[in-house]
Parts: sequence; C-alpha cells; structure tokens
Amino acid sequence: MNQNNTTIKFENVTKVYHLGGIDIPVLRGVSCEIKKGEHVAIMGPSGSGKTTMLNIIGCLDRVTSGKYFLEGKDISTLDDDALSEIRSRKIGFIFQSYNLIPQLTVLENIEMPLFYQQVDEAKTREKAIELAQMVGLGDRIRHRPSELSGGQQQRVAIARALMNDPVLILADEPTGNLDSVSGREIMKLLCQLNEQGTTLILVTHDPNVAKYSRRILKMLDGKISNED
Amino acid sequence: MKISFIHLFRIIRHGWKNIWLHKLRSLLTVLGIVFGVASVIAMLAIGEGASYEARKMIESLGSNNIIIKSIKLPADAKSQQASYLGVYGLTDRDLRKLETIPSVMKIIPAWEMEDDVWYYDKNISARIIGTLPDYKDAMNLSIKTGRYFDEKDLEKSIPVAIIGSTVRTSLFPAEDPIGKTIKIKSSYFTIIGIAGEKVFAGASESFVAEDMNIAVYIPMTTTKMFFGEYETKRTSGGIRSWERNWVQYHRFVIQVSETDKILTTASLVSDILSQTHKKQDYQIIIPLELLRQAEKTKRIFNIVLGSIAAISLIVGGIGIMNIMLAIVTERTREIGIRRAVGARKRDIINQFLTESVILSASGGFIGILLGIIIPKAVTKFAGMMTLITPWSILLSFTISVAVGIGFGLYPARKAANLDPIQALRYE
Repeated sequence: MNQNNTTIKFENVTKVYHLGGIDIPVLRGVSCEIKKGEHVAIMGPSGSGKTTMLNIIGCLDRVTSGKYFLEGKDISTLDDDALSEIRSRKIGFIFQSYNLIPQLTVLENIEMPLFYQQVDEAKTREKAIELAQMVGLGDRIRHRPSELSGGQQQRVAIARALMNDPVLILADEPTGNLDSVSGREIMKLLCQLNEQGTTLILVTHDPNVAKYSRRILKMLDGKISNED
Repeated sequence: MKISFIHLFRIIRHGWKNIWLHKLRSLLTVLGIVFGVASVIAMLAIGEGASYEARKMIESLGSNNIIIKSIKLPADAKSQQASYLGVYGLTDRDLRKLETIPSVMKIIPAWEMEDDVWYYDKNISARIIGTLPDYKDAMNLSIKTGRYFDEKDLEKSIPVAIIGSTVRTSLFPAEDPIGKTIKIKSSYFTIIGIAGEKVFAGASESFVAEDMNIAVYIPMTTTKMFFGEYETKRTSGGIRSWERNWVQYHRFVIQVSETDKILTTASLVSDILSQTHKKQDYQIIIPLELLRQAEKTKRIFNIVLGSIAAISLIVGGIGIMNIMLAIVTERTREIGIRRAVGARKRDIINQFLTESVILSASGGFIGILLGIIIPKAVTKFAGMMTLITPWSILLSFTISVAVGIGFGLYPARKAANLDPIQALRYE
C-alpha cells in the first residue's frame, strides 16, 4: 500500500498497565491501518481497550510493544517533548466531557493550541474568531464555558481541535453527554470536516453515532474482533 | 523551541489573569512575603537611621581626638556640710603633663557651665563653654554666619560669644543676632557668630548625648575673669539648695598626631591621670573606638535582622508552595487539557512557575511599599530618624522573586509530571 496514503499504521501493538503490582493487558496485539481522509468508528464494550487505542493514536499514551506509525513516522520511540510536538501540530482532540478550561473565555479556549506553537497573537485571534463563526458561536466568544449549553461547549471544543489544522481528529464519545438533537448537530459538523479531508476517528458505543462512519472497528478484550 | 520575549510576556499575562481571578486567596497567600519584605526594609531603615545619627555625632567629636571629661563623683558625707566646697576634675597640672606625650599634637581645654542666657525678656538654658580658638577646628564646628573668636579676643578677654543654632532660634526668632548683646548671670556678651547645626541623637547614645546646638562659645580668659572657676549648681530640696564646686577644666580635647596612635595615646593619658587623681573623676572618650563599636553593634543588628527576614521569607515561601500545590490539584484537568493540545512538560512548568513568581514578586512589591511607608510613619509620629537604603529594597525584592522560584519549582514540576490521561479523567 502507498505509504503517503496511510495516516495510521499499527503493527501488533500491545499495551499493559501496571496497577498495584498487577499487569493488566489492555491491548493484546492490534494491527490495523487507517488511510488519509477516512472516517472510522471504534466500537466495543467498556474495557475493550478502545479509549486506550485512541490515546495511543493521539500520542497521549505509548505502546508497550509493537509499532505505531503516524504518517510513516515511527512514534513508539519518541520522547515526551516530541510527542507533545506531534499533538500540537497534527492532532485535534474532542472529549465526551468537552474539557474546556472554565476560567478562560470561549475565544481563549479556542486559541490555546496555537499558544504552545508560539504563533503570533493577532493571527491566532483572527483564526479563532473565524473558527468560532464556523461552528456557529461567533456571538459567544466572550462567554465562559459555563454560560453555554452542552452542544455549544462541544462546538467550542471542535473549534479548538481545528485550531492547529490537524491531520487527525480524535473524538472520544463526542455525543455522550448531549441530547439527540445536539448530538446530531455535532455529528453533522464532524462529518462535514471529514468531507473536507481530515481523517476522523471516533470512539463510541452508540450505534447511531457509528452509522455515520464508513468503517467500523469492533473491539473486544484488547483486540479488533470485527471490521465492517 | 526557545521561548521568545513576546511569548514570555504572554505567559506572564495569563498567569496574572489566573491570580487576579482569586484576588483574596492570592492576597492572603502573599501576606507572609509582604510582611517579611516590609519588616526587612522598615527595620533596616530604622536601624540605619539610628546608627547614622550616632555615627554623625561621634564623628562630630573628631575621629582623631581623645576627649577627657571631668566627672562629678557622687557626693560623700563631707559635701553635705553647708560650707563645703567640692573640688574635682581636670587641672592645669594635668594639662601640662599630658602635653608632654609625644603623640599628642595639641590639647584644647574647655570650661563649661549650664546657665540661662537672656536677651531682653527671652531666655534659654544653655551650655556656656569657655575655650580656645582652636576648639572650633578640633571639634569640626562650622560657623554659619559671623566668625569664631580668635587669639586677639582671647588675649584681651573680650566678652564675645558664638551661639548654637537652638539658642539662635529661641532668642532671635526674627532678628539677626550678630552684634546683639546677651546676658549670662550678670555679664553681657556681644554675639559675633552663629554655629551651624549639629546632629543630636538624643537619648539613643548616652555616652555622647550632648546637644551642641544649645552651646554658647566664649573665650576662656573671659569666662575665667567673669565666672571664675567655680560652678554653682542648684540641688534638689533641703535648705542648702546650692552646691558649689571648684573645677578648673571640664574637658580636654586631645588632638592625636596619627590615627594609629590613638589607642596607645589613650592608655598613656589614662596612666598619667591615674597618678594624680586618687578618685577617677574623669572619663576618657575615644570617638574612633565608639565609632568602631557602633559599627560592630550595627553588624550584629543586621545579622539578627537578616535571620528574622530569612525566616519570615521562608515561611512566606512555604505559604506560596502550599497554595500552588492546592492550585495544581484544583487545575489537574486543565493541565491534562493543555498537555493534550500540545503543551510540553516545560510549558506546564513555565506556567505554574510564572504564577508563583508573580505571586511572590507582587507580594514583594506590596512589601516594599509598606516598608517605605512604615519608616516614614515612624519618623513622623515617633520623631526617629530613618534611612531607607536602596540596596535593602533591591535585596528584598530579589529574595522574594527567588522565593517564588524556589518554592514554586516543586509544585510546577509536580504539575508537569502528571500523566495527561489521568489528568484528563480527574474530577
């Protein structure tokens, strides 16, 4: 397969957590490839390792053994600073509980990823306002997260995830805390981004969310059990 | 990636925002630093002021001088008799003998009397000093207006006087005193000069507590002729309310040829005087020695002060560390979020270290303001001289910043070493 077309490649990845002296295997040899521009849903029951897999893809966590290539680059050997750099440049996270910083305004939350790239302040602001307008919150940029509804907060989180022009958007149960109407709106927004070429990987156990995806990886006991 | 100046400024601004969000908590946190810094500056200013006055006073006695004062010893049984005439103090014989010491350049004797000085209906209790023309240079007297008396005045026992600044202000509040006549006992003196003001430290340094601003300087020959060599003092209570003593000289100012020889000269002086004086009715004052003692006292004072300051700043630093640890816990999730969007460990350390330095530096700043206000208030309400030294401000500010770094480092490292995944899950 053409390397340039492959965004993510897992080669027999395992992950073992050490908790209280006991080894808990979470991933037991996962191999898969995700191509550029794909829309993939990872499904599975609790404890099947889907969030761990997402964290490894997002460079928040490391593999215990096996290899992980992101855009052809071996990630498994990189140090903490290099992983931060990759998160900063290539990845956008969206979480179930939005994870906005409560004391910052909507605009400041959106701006945050570029703060760590030391991008010029005026440029950052311009882009953040643009993204806030894109997710439909152009009139709420001075508000605090607590003044917004759940759906609005998640849209702020999406704007934040887009701030660094990511190669990869990773969403962990993005609609888990939302009512069905807001959930649909969020999914529409995410699909729209995917259509514009960003690779989208989301973890969910809601079949209604998964049905938006063209490819579903089903996980069970730390392995990919099934692929649709 | 290196941190640019602009980025650092942004980090500081963000840190300041977070601190400003919890104004009361931040203020309470830095209180230790505030009081630490304020007390250092204030105490140093008060100490510096006190020692400055003492030093000036000692210096005004002349650092190359040895001063011998006659002392009236406690009255014995004989002096209780009405007709008793006390004899004490330094004599002509002492003068001649001391002048033979090779390292002694010159000895200027002085006779003193405390009495009222009158100008028409105004009067002031003054210190009348009969002395030689050389007294002016030996004691570093400055003459503001007019002149000091000279050899000719001395030779002819002219009744002229030079008055101190306090005498001038109380007898001649609006007039020019030069040429005016003042009355002491039953004699009249023409004022020919006014002495410049001299520092007087009040009761703080008892060994030299002589207010030279109430002095009236008169040629010695004149005082001898007019007042003799007796001093009459009012004593408290009883029928015999006057006490008469015969004193030839109240004071010798010995000028020593070289500073190195002051101590040896002083011991020679002491030897000679102890041969002729059965009782020690004199006191030897070595200004240079006093100056050294004052310096030593000040050094000890500074060390004590430094320790107190160090302790209070450490306590203040612990306060900051405590709050920073609480803040790190409180903002665990924020740390996770920041790490997820690309913050390196270094960025997290910078963020929290900046906040603790801002805390301690603003504490230091408030402390400096307070430390400047307190000495001013002390000067105003207690009348003590204070001297704020720039280095004490610089030092305490530097230390408070250092405390912020020192005690902020552990919480900041703790924040940076949090596992991002755990931090994101933190409730």
